[in-house]
Amino acid sequence: MSTNPNILSKSKAFYDEFTRKGVEDVITTHYCPGCGHGILHKMIAEAVADLGIQDKTILISPVGCSVFAYYYFDTGNVQVAHGRAPAAATGVKRARPGSIVISYQGDGDLAAIGTAEIVHAANRGESMTVFFVNNAIYGMTGGQMAPTTTIGQKTATTPYGRKAENEGYPIKMSELISTLNAPVFVERVSLADVPNRNKTRNVVKKAIQNQVEGKGFSFVEVLSACPSGLKKTPVETNEWVKSTLHTIFPIGNYRDNTANAQAMFKKDPSSNRDDVLKALNLLDRSTDYKTSVDKTKFTDQNVRLAGFGGQGILSAGSTLSVLAMYEGLETTWIPSYGPEMRGGTSNCHVRVSNKRIGSPLVETPNVLITMNGPSLEKFESIVEKNGIIIVNSSIIDKKVTRKDVKTYYVPLTQISTDMGVPAAQSVAGLAAYLAITKVIPVEKLEYIVHKSLKRKELAEKNIAIIRKVAEYINSL
Amino acid sequence: MKQDSSVPRVEIRINECKGCHLCVAACPKKVLTPSGSFNNQGYNYAKYKGEGCIGCGICFYSCPEPGAITVYKKES
Ligand SMILES: Cc1ncc(C[n+]2csc(CCOP(=O)(O)OP(=O)(O)O)c2C)c(N)n1
Ligand code: SF4
Ligand code: SF4
Repeated sequence: MSTNPNILSKSKAFYDEFTRKGVEDVITTHYCPGCGHGILHKMIAEAVADLGIQDKTILISPVGCSVFAYYYFDTGNVQVAHGRAPAAATGVKRARPGSIVISYQGDGDLAAIGTAEIVHAANRGESMTVFFVNNAIYGMTGGQMAPTTTIGQKTATTPYGRKAENEGYPIKMSELISTLNAPVFVERVSLADVPNRNKTRNVVKKAIQNQVEGKGFSFVEVLSACPSGLKKTPVETNEWVKSTLHTIFPIGNYRDNTANAQAMFKKDPSSNRDDVLKALNLLDRSTDYKTSVDKTKFTDQNVRLAGFGGQGILSAGSTLSVLAMYEGLETTWIPSYGPEMRGGTSNCHVRVSNKRIGSPLVETPNVLITMNGPSLEKFESIVEKNGIIIVNSSIIDKKVTRKDVKTYYVPLTQISTDMGVPAAQSVAGLAAYLAITKVIPVEKLEYIVHKSLKRKELAEKNIAIIRKVAEYINSL
Repeated sequence: MKQDSSVPRVEIRINECKGCHLCVAACPKKVLTPSGSFNNQGYNYAKYKGEGCIGCGICFYSCPEPGAITVYKKES
């Protein structure tokens, strides 16, 4: 609002001008005359301004008529794929716990394509505020049936009226969400008349205030008019919302635990070396392990190991991750394989860093270890410029064609088979990688193998393979 | 025009109004009315009859457009 309390005018949480792509007019919204979205936007803007949180508010706008909310709110904005607002909001809030995250959705977005996302965000009790506009129709696409469309209601896709036996019943999201334990606040409100709008203003503010106080998941369902979808005048549509929607979707509070709610900021689990090793039952094995990496100087390692199922690709990858954990580094490992077990292709992504890792995916590896022909063909092109490709020359005849990477041909299968342990060929690949880059001393790999293989004889053979590979690399 | 701040009033920006007339329906004093004229965009914009506004703000919260209505309450 203007700073003068005696004047009600355009909120300062809105932009002065609504500059939209390809549109001349910069003073009005794109909403139809009488649309509830505009009314709710004003209430949210007022609450954001009153609570003094404009600088730290991040609005997540959906797909639907409110897709353009980011053109209006002078806050942080993210516009996301259909139905995914609560998932994106989860990421934003967890990455920026100090921000106030508002997830805004229509009923097609939240209760049809996005049903999974909202249920799970609610169930996790994510610290966010959700505004759910229930106008009983898909507005943006031209008035098709929504999950909230009422029985008998005619829409573009239910020309005879919605029938329960064909299309099911209207979904009552507030009731559904309030069956879950985690949500702190669930309320259904309406914009259809003056008393309800007054109530809604307070509820909107409370739902945002809850988050300011760190109180977890707040959900507000807003019964709202879509005159265009309903093919009625704005005033008639509000009458319809009252006479029809109010009876099917009862107005009221469905949950209010705000008085007892503890602050529910999500905490990251400890990444302290000993805590991590203890949780994985590895601490006892590593009492005499001496870390050797200077963590301040460590360069990120993004490794892909690839071959066929049965070559030990996945376990070699996880061995690298375990080694990283012994060193107290951050690490992720994810396998990627087809439906087949042995006989299919197999590869894994391993990241090692001295900083927190955002995504476990390795899309542009700086190291590629290829154990068979198809994996070289498949992944050669994705390696980072100046990266490293290790080729298992016992199996792969093909040469690397790229000139902007460093290539090492090592007979990994041969060396392991000669020692009588073909299953160690991927560990041999790992040994080659460590011997080349020295990011972690290759002797440390011997330590891990020694501790993790129970059969002493097998462990010794593995260690011999690692040494052979290291010698081979040093002789190149 | 100099306004008398002791008298509440409402101002409707003609080209920000979409002619939905929710404000007309909501006003408890019935001092808003369709103008019968059309704005830039072609909407029959609402107008203030010129007197009788009590500065309650009900029209403001009924209007979907962020800047169409400004309500000047009585200065305390
Ligand atoms: C993946 C995907 N599927 C379908 C669509 C088409 N689509 C756009 S908006 C919409 C429904 C919007 O309805 P609702 O969420 O109720 O919002 P409203 O427009 O009524 O505010 C659909 C199905 C899309 N954009 N993306
Ligand atoms: S189609 Fe419906 S929901 Fe979309 S802007 Fe128009 S009135 Fe609002
Ligand atoms: S509610 Fe707003 S947009 Fe609708 S007629 Fe009144 S001033 Fe115009």
